[in-house]
Amino acid sequence: MTTSGYATERETTEGRVFTVTGGDWDSITAGIDPLSNEKIVVNMGPQHPSTHGVLRLVLELEGETVTAVRPVIGYLHTGIEKNLEYRNWTQGVTFVTRMDYLANMFNEVGYCLAVEKLLGVTDQITERATTIRVMFMELQRIASHLVWLGTTGLELGAISMMLYGFREREYILDIFEETSGLRMNNGYIRPGGLSQDLPGSAVRKIREFLTYMPKKLKEYEAMLSGQVIWQERTQGVAVLDVTGCLSLGITGPVLRSAGLAWDLRKTMPYCGYETYEFDVPTAQTADVWGRYQVRIAEIRESLKIIEQALDRLRPGPIWISDKKIAWPAQLALGVDGLGNSLEHVAKIMGQSMEALIHHFKLVTEGFRVPPGQVYVSLEHPRGELGVHAVSDGGTHPYRVHYRDPSFVNLQAIPALAEGALLADVIAGGASLDPVMGGCDR
Amino acid sequence: MTTNPPSDGGVPATQPVGADFDAPAQIPPSPYKGMFGVKGTGDVSGFGGLARRTPAEAETPRPFGGYFDEVYDALEEAYAGFSDAIERVVVDRGELTLHVKPERIAEVCQTMRDDESLRFELCSSVDGVDYLGSDPRRFHISYQLTSMTYRRRVRLEAAVAEDQSLPSVTGIYATADWQEREAYDMFGVVFTGHPNLTRILMPDDWEGFPQRKDYPLGGVPVEYKGAEIPPPDQRRVYQ
Repeated sequence: MTTSGYATERETTEGRVFTVTGGDWDSITAGIDPLSNEKIVVNMGPQHPSTHGVLRLVLELEGETVTAVRPVIGYLHTGIEKNLEYRNWTQGVTFVTRMDYLANMFNEVGYCLAVEKLLGVTDQITERATTIRVMFMELQRIASHLVWLGTTGLELGAISMMLYGFREREYILDIFEETSGLRMNNGYIRPGGLSQDLPGSAVRKIREFLTYMPKKLKEYEAMLSGQVIWQERTQGVAVLDVTGCLSLGITGPVLRSAGLAWDLRKTMPYCGYETYEFDVPTAQTADVWGRYQVRIAEIRESLKIIEQALDRLRPGPIWISDKKIAWPAQLALGVDGLGNSLEHVAKIMGQSMEALIHHFKLVTEGFRVPPGQVYVSLEHPRGELGVHAVSDGGTHPYRVHYRDPSFVNLQAIPALAEGALLADVIAGGASLDPVMGGCDR
Repeated sequence: MTTNPPSDGGVPATQPVGADFDAPAQIPPSPYKGMFGVKGTGDVSGFGGLARRTPAEAETPRPFGGYFDEVYDALEEAYAGFSDAIERVVVDRGELTLHVKPERIAEVCQTMRDDESLRFELCSSVDGVDYLGSDPRRFHISYQLTSMTYRRRVRLEAAVAEDQSLPSVTGIYATADWQEREAYDMFGVVFTGHPNLTRILMPDDWEGFPQRKDYPLGGVPVEYKGAEIPPPDQRRVYQ
């Protein structure tokens, strides 16, 4: 077939083929349907302010509509699981705390619970150590939810929320710093107990926080809940129902926003959570709005748990009484920082050779863990955190695998975003609260 | 974990790099003779005297206790190929592990998910463990299944040799997609029927499978105040 002008065209099985021999470009492009040709592929990330770290999304767009999303991960893979196999069981805490860096207490507790289950000493962990673990996990949950609220606010146009969220989170990190010396990556929870006791100054800070935080929560809600832009950006956006969640393995606030009150603290309790009084907040909307409401309500429930934990906190040992597992250090604050107390050094160096041998062997060699495997799970701010630990009977982990909720939950991005607008990819992705350090490990 | 001494296997003739101190010490019997070659308990601190438990894993006889018997019976009733598919049952530290023939894993998962009295709706985790040197079928893929209805957990474990593949469970649990990709990426285990079995954490052109026990950790020696500290995989290890 030949049309007027210079170009000839003919139909083939692959589509229309033009033979261009110079001439008017307009007459050629006029023959192509403009709508079907607007498909473009856009790389969002791995460096992008709205992807919560080094997440790369390959988006196929038709105009503003997303037709396909493929998440690409692995940019923050650091081989933590492999590294653990070359360190002793106690050193492992230092590594796992760096996985999900916004919820590191959960990584530490999960690891320690797994090691303790392998050792068969779960019920020998002291009351005080368990209570402090619960309290710190709940503080961490609040800190993590505050980062979520702040970053999501930032991405959806509420920049003040970011400033407020990070300000209150810093209050919690101050408590951690008071106790462990570090704001993040604390390495505070250890197999068999805690690295140090909770100082009185930290207890006072937690008490202050308990009176301070509820007021701030009201401020956040006053700022966001009634705001039209916030409602428009979150309501009915990125819907994922219970069936979709279960099929994709999504747990945590996303599952609870769809209406299923599945919270491992209630359904499969650990660390004595069955003795605390708290509710599991849910929403029915299964959208970003529901996830926002669930997380705000969870902060309130966490405050309740922290208060109960503070009330039941009694002086006592923080280390397991079994001297073959408990870390032998007797720490004291010296002029050059925290270190072994002079009394302990005097004892092991001057009085008891057995104490010296014991200290040396436990610190250099570490304890042995009977062979076997366990899977321990706990309710992380983002869902189920699972730790699969395998021991061959030696002083090193044989294999430790983290089932990190960020990794599993990110699979839902195509389900949330395909068919929606480009702007809703941001809202939907943010509502999963992915942390790439945990996802890539 | 395997405990039956494999009839046709054992420690390979050459110890793989990076695995010489990490291979499971139980089966086959540990070649190590204590820290300083001392027989008996020559350890005066008493510290090394921790008796190594013979793993209670070999095979657990019935009754298993708790809900484990119910799960076992329900699966036996619902799944016709039960006696053929289940290799052995292990109850250890309050956890039930069903060792499944790799070629049957998808069928077993299907039954575990769909049967009224089992209802394992959620596949919490899929990951691999490399039992190089203690099991000729060196890669064990673990599936942690969760029943939200009954609040139960069960672990399925399928062991494959290096050149063997097993069916993907992505058709039953969509969540296994990335987790199987990770197991492939780290161990090189091929899941047949997976829609997109590519590397996920490592770069696409990476050679080797990093979580294998014969894959070295790597690292360089570090000098600190005049002393040289070897990389972690070359440091002294107490066994």
